[in-house]
Amino acid sequence: MDLQNFWDVYGNLVLTLGTNALLALSIWLTLACGMLAVANAAFMGIGAYTAALLTMKCGAPFALSLAAGIIMPALIAVIIGLPVIRLSGVYLAMATLAFGEVVRVFILNAESWTGGAMGLNGIPQYTQWWHVLLAVVLVLLALWRVRASKIGRAFDAIRGDETAASLMGVDVRTRKMQAFVAGAAIAGLAGALNAHLTFFISPGEFGFDKGVEILTMAILGGTGGLAGPILGAGIITVLPEALRGLADYRLMVNGVILVLIVLFLPQGIWDPARFKRWLVPKKAAHA
Amino acid sequence: MTAMLEVCGLTVNYGRIQAVRGIDFTLETGQISALVGANGAGKSTTLLALSGLLPKAGGQVRFEGEDITRLAPHQIVARGIVQVPEGRAILTTLTVLENLELGAYRHGLKAADDELDAVLHLFPPLKERLHGLAGNLSGGEQQMLAIGRALMAKPRLLLLDEPSMGLAPLVVQEIFRALRAINRGGLTLLLVEQNVCQALKLAQHGYVLENGLMALSGPGRELLGHPRMLEAYLGG
Repeated sequence: MDLQNFWDVYGNLVLTLGTNALLALSIWLTLACGMLAVANAAFMGIGAYTAALLTMKCGAPFALSLAAGIIMPALIAVIIGLPVIRLSGVYLAMATLAFGEVVRVFILNAESWTGGAMGLNGIPQYTQWWHVLLAVVLVLLALWRVRASKIGRAFDAIRGDETAASLMGVDVRTRKMQAFVAGAAIAGLAGALNAHLTFFISPGEFGFDKGVEILTMAILGGTGGLAGPILGAGIITVLPEALRGLADYRLMVNGVILVLIVLFLPQGIWDPARFKRWLVPKKAAHA
Repeated sequence: MTAMLEVCGLTVNYGRIQAVRGIDFTLETGQISALVGANGAGKSTTLLALSGLLPKAGGQVRFEGEDITRLAPHQIVARGIVQVPEGRAILTTLTVLENLELGAYRHGLKAADDELDAVLHLFPPLKERLHGLAGNLSGGEQQMLAIGRALMAKPRLLLLDEPSMGLAPLVVQEIFRALRAINRGGLTLLLVEQNVCQALKLAQHGYVLENGLMALSGPGRELLGHPRMLEAYLGG
């Protein structure tokens, strides 16, 4: 199969992998800060609908639609973040899940704008392969810089022990808010790019299932580094396609593979600490 | 002597329960003070409130003349008040150096070179295990790391919550020796301890909390001989 043929068949899959990578990176930010926030699918939906409506109803240029698709979820994240960020663990997960449902039902009911359950049809396909690639590279670069900075150290500290982080002078609330809002912005960007790629969006694409899928990508890949979420996104996107030959058993085998990975590699596939253990022989480690 | 920290009418509640009931005390610059009392007397609650981790229901806290009653924890750290928490709160998945680096969060590790040297000089076991995981340290070494991490923040007042908890007597002696050395370097310390005898021997001034109220105060050595202390804490 030459390159043109490959792209004709798998082009959409590769671009979906790119937007999924953005989504996995968006949830990595909050996980890196020790927060189990699962509103990323909702933020993706807000970004997707904002950008698509601007393009379709206002004839806005693609760049403006993309920018709005980033800013709108970030603004909403600021508003819901103020009360929600105080929560932690399972309570934060429940609150963000509930927010996701509110967003989905809102889109469903704002029929005159969003098309309700029928979705939005005929979104111009403006997203090019290089838009997705550029977005992934820029987000990766930005997160890499954040990780190496004082903010990254603050995230590590908050994830390790919030009280200890506070006592060392970390402004825990502000840092958590930054992670939450930046995560929402990245998820919104993924949604905006995706909307202009798939021609059609509907509220069901941004519900509970998608939220869990995004979380699975990051956890499966590993949250110990930036490579993890990318790897996880790759596996979750490609695995169902790779198993297509199994016909009806495809989803079952897909699930079994995921369960096995989580069981045997609890820190995710990309675990720098495990790689270090492999590289340093046991005797040397004890010396 | 000048007052570094003045606490006036401090009240802290857990819901409807008053854990600390309007206590007053003053910490003098350069001194070691000890806040002692039985389990549940309100000692740790007082420290958490001073660090801003618990809201104050009433009273006022002044640090070098500035009202810091309503400041957030990170703002209190920025003023120079740093706490070594109960249970140490070491980040076990990070290395010893990374933990110390976290202590220097506000200034950055480069600006805290002198502090790093001083900490490693004070606690030689940390130097030997600088690049090892903090989770592999013994209890005593973890306490050293917790104190060292707090020193990396360049504090002016160090609050210590039960530094001797769960440690062997020899290790406790070592920790207390280090605290004395830190104080000789000019740092003001407030020590919260259940180990009443050791704490009052070390401190120039002691405060005794009972059921959230200040029961006694005075020079550490004098308190050790106080009949009420002998009866309540030191086995008559």
